[in-house]
Amino acid sequence: MSIRIDQLPRDKFIMPGTAACPGCPLLIGLRQVMMALNGKMSLVIPAGCSSVIPGMSPATSYGVPTIHVPFASSPAVASGLVSAVRMRGNNGPVVVWAGDGASSDIGFAALSGAAARNEDLIYILADNEAYMNTGIQASGTTPWMAWTTTSPNGKTEERKEMALIMLMHKIPYVATASIAYPLDFIAKVRKASQIRGFKFIHLYAPCPPGLKFDDSYTVKIAQLAVETGIWVLWEYNQGKLTISPPSAMYKDKSKRKPLSEYMKLQGRFSKVGEDAMKIYEAKIDAYWNTILKLSELYK
Amino acid sequence: MADLEFTKYLLSRPAPGSAGATGTWRTYRPVVNQDKCIKCGLCWLYCPEDTIDWLEDKSVRINYDYCKGCGVCAEVCPVKVIDMVKETVV
Repeated sequence: MSIRIDQLPRDKFIMPGTAACPGCPLLIGLRQVMMALNGKMSLVIPAGCSSVIPGMSPATSYGVPTIHVPFASSPAVASGLVSAVRMRGNNGPVVVWAGDGASSDIGFAALSGAAARNEDLIYILADNEAYMNTGIQASGTTPWMAWTTTSPNGKTEERKEMALIMLMHKIPYVATASIAYPLDFIAKVRKASQIRGFKFIHLYAPCPPGLKFDDSYTVKIAQLAVETGIWVLWEYNQGKLTISPPSAMYKDKSKRKPLSEYMKLQGRFSKVGEDAMKIYEAKIDAYWNTILKLSELYK
Repeated sequence: MADLEFTKYLLSRPAPGSAGATGTWRTYRPVVNQDKCIKCGLCWLYCPEDTIDWLEDKSVRINYDYCKGCGVCAEVCPVKVIDMVKETVV
């Protein structure tokens, strides 16, 4: 199922003039979701940047039906919404668009519950790797050694691998994606919308003010994350785990770009020295090994 | 009627400029060199603000009322024909 750029819908799903920072990755990602489903979806958004971005009432910049809900409740609200929608004979997708705080920390119980019940949802975790909306506090998915306002010398804890945690919930579809690879992401969203049950997509969305890089580098940083191997694009579809095409060539360690290329552009990694960089590379190798072993197990 | 008055505070409707004319945030203005543009549509695909229209003839047009001047379009352009020009008039 190949997708061409010129076949994507050109409707304005997001109205210009939003309250997002210049270069916001969340809007790039959200536009891609809406393009993938051609705007035929309902959106549930918990507290976070995405609930501020639509601007001030009585206007909103989102062109699809959206419910803004309290922080921890998005999977629970979406479970109710999808039941009501199906009862009315509508088979359209209900999409939860949540940040990393709402998924990995605050809303994790509700997320785990909805996944265990196998509700018919598409859950997209737009991961900007900290609580950007409240002023860059460390979250569960903030990587090791990254600067945030609550980890001024670099985060000492490891990051949670949310996609692997969700994989172990035995839901039919789990994938990781990146805003820099829209055609891959759109294909994954379209594939997910064809499957019944809980679908989880972990979307990497680097945030310029939070990660401390120039506004124009949003897409470049997301691309470098894949090219240096720190972000692996893979897909688990009903028993089969595969590495997605954009990441496939980086299985081979020698083909990956040096990690410093990704890190030197971001102010949050300014305290990562030579030694820490070596440990980082070992961690990346360990993650790749896990994914490659899993792809042998699930084939 | 009481119900309707209540719901008007809970429901928002899509409209451009929900956070104001965000074009005033801009310090650098993206200018497309239309002669050299290869009409690939990547700037349209990646524009976070959806201010770039990809027209029927595959040329692009930027809506400067709302463009925040982030420069993502200039960065993703494969032939680098989008120039970021400093705004002179505020």
